[in-house]
Amino acid sequence: MSEKIVYLDNNATTKTCQEAIDNMIPFFAEQYGNPSSMHDFGGEVAQYLKKARKQVAELIGAADPNEVIFTSCGTESSNMAIRGLTDPHKKHIITTKVEHPCVLNVTKHLEKNHGYEVTYLGVNAEGELDLEEFKDSIRDDTALIAIMWANNETGVIFPVEKMAEIAKEKNPKVLFFVDAVQAAGKIPVDVKNTKIDMLGISGHKIHAPKGVGAIYIRKGTLITPFMLGGHQERGKRGGTENVSGIVALGEAAEQALNYLDDEATRVKAMRDKLEKGILSKLFNARVNGSRLHRVPNTTNISFEYIEGELILLHLSDLGICASSGSACTSGNLEPSHVLRAMGVPFTAVHGSIRFSLSRYTSNEEIDYVLKQLPDVIHKLNAISPFQKELKELKEIKESAKALKCALGDKRCCEQ
Amino acid sequence: MWEYTEKVKEHYKNPKNVGTIENPDAVGEVGSMACGDALKIYLKIDKNGIITDAKFQTFGCGSAVASASALTEMIIGKSVKEAENLTNQDIADFLGGLPEQKMHCSVMGKEALEAALSSFKGEPTEKKIKGRIVCGCFGVTEDKIREVVKHNTLNTVEEITNYTKAGGGCGKCKGDLQKILSEEVAKRSNGKKEKPLTKTQQILKVNSILENYVAAELRKDGGDIELVDIEDNKIYVNLQGSCKNCPSSNLTLKNFVENVLREHISEDVEVIEA
Repeated sequence: MSEKIVYLDNNATTKTCQEAIDNMIPFFAEQYGNPSSMHDFGGEVAQYLKKARKQVAELIGAADPNEVIFTSCGTESSNMAIRGLTDPHKKHIITTKVEHPCVLNVTKHLEKNHGYEVTYLGVNAEGELDLEEFKDSIRDDTALIAIMWANNETGVIFPVEKMAEIAKEKNPKVLFFVDAVQAAGKIPVDVKNTKIDMLGISGHKIHAPKGVGAIYIRKGTLITPFMLGGHQERGKRGGTENVSGIVALGEAAEQALNYLDDEATRVKAMRDKLEKGILSKLFNARVNGSRLHRVPNTTNISFEYIEGELILLHLSDLGICASSGSACTSGNLEPSHVLRAMGVPFTAVHGSIRFSLSRYTSNEEIDYVLKQLPDVIHKLNAISPFQKELKELKEIKESAKALKCALGDKRCCEQ
Repeated sequence: MWEYTEKVKEHYKNPKNVGTIENPDAVGEVGSMACGDALKIYLKIDKNGIITDAKFQTFGCGSAVASASALTEMIIGKSVKEAENLTNQDIADFLGGLPEQKMHCSVMGKEALEAALSSFKGEPTEKKIKGRIVCGCFGVTEDKIREVVKHNTLNTVEEITNYTKAGGGCGKCKGDLQKILSEEVAKRSNGKKEKPLTKTQQILKVNSILENYVAAELRKDGGDIELVDIEDNKIYVNLQGSCKNCPSSNLTLKNFVENVLREHISEDVEVIEA
């Protein structure tokens, strides 16, 4: 492994921010009391939980901090929202084909073992939903709608605020859950001004440590607790609070809110620079997913006719961390369900690479990637058995460029 | 992250023999874009049947590249006959092992070699689909599954998926895979039993079964049993002691003694009172 690490895999996990670390440390060996204890030593810890709850509430725009319940991770938040359904007569759920497994595997479980019917909405080539189709899928017996705010693989944003409006208009009793794990801290989230009932976030995606998450549950929303135990989190989530993790999450949430503008400007500019650079340097690169509706830190690029794991291994040797939707990188043998749902052809789906930036990414790092990546891709293109196809693709791309140039689009001549 | 050996890393970082051969004597191509890996190998074979050069191109992960690179290294200088005897396990061994889930990469190498060698021998080069397709997701045939199970002594459906990818998609064929696996495992254990026992070995075996599983039970009721003779699947015994005059002695013989012997020897054993 190279000594220099260029970490462009922030949708997988992030570096814990120093503010979060500094704030969590005292709760291991100094203020280690149980916030539920009667003595002051433990009881005083409760105020730090209260502070963290407020910090998280501010990040997601919850009207009341008590609407924030701390969990162990994003997956638990999703499980809690979906498995907490209470009405035995409503057995229909709507979700999408491109959700994270922490939603898809739960709905599949309810379908298989608990008699639920699930509608999986498809997406177009850009990874976007059809709102008419969504509206039509809402029924009287629809118990829950579970839609992600931003896709973890492509970064594509779903209009969840608008969808919640549509849903409540058609069926006021339906519950609307949003998996906001990839949206929180990247784009503004303001639940109080939406019709969203529940919303899950994960700590380690916003520079808090792993092992802590949260779910927003709007006041008056009825769901059965998923983790049964003591009275913690007002009976909604049993188990002694992960105090240090929660304090860190609170601090990370506050920082994330402060850095939202930075994310929308500087981080976005670096992402765009990386994306444009790759597209101009490599003829077999193509972007997956809508470039219009996307979180600012993510780009998903396919390198046609070469395989993703191989690209990652070579990048890793250069200290560059990214991830891939290739079949080979997952435990199973199927490539990304997200890219397949978008109809990305097999020639591209196995060679898809996701670069996800953060506020810790620097311009120099982007330059380094743009300098190193072309050599890797050229080397791997040469190994591919699809030489004829690669040659044809190159010719097509070059003539398209020449045409643009002839039509007076200056941008293409600059390269 | 996969645990690749240093040798695997060496071969995917700097693969040997990448490319094509002009006017090759044999070409083998397996896999497809849809399945996520494809391999094409080119061979140069001299008039003495020695592989003088081998090149490859592949679309696949690190272990696919390493397997193909290893394969070419292993066969250059070998005769066609020697190359034919190469197994996927040989490729994996050459690389110091592959992660279980990546064993299919070594199988792909072996298949590409097979395809190339059959093209060299003038056998039809178009892809032959032998047997019905069991796994629709990855287009894996029953014949291929049986062959891989047999050659690699596989014991679980998960291993079949690791070696052939079958069952790694929608998973609908897992029932079929289990059935094929059970059949192959049964064949394997039958194979072991095939060595015929000598008459003396037969007597010793039956006697020990009677002593260990039957006599002790009969003795509790004051009876006993004695082996008289064995003739093919017929075992002649004498019931003794209280069993001798017991009105239900025939039931004891058929329901108890015969069942025990069938369980330990074979279903077609017949127990007869001498």
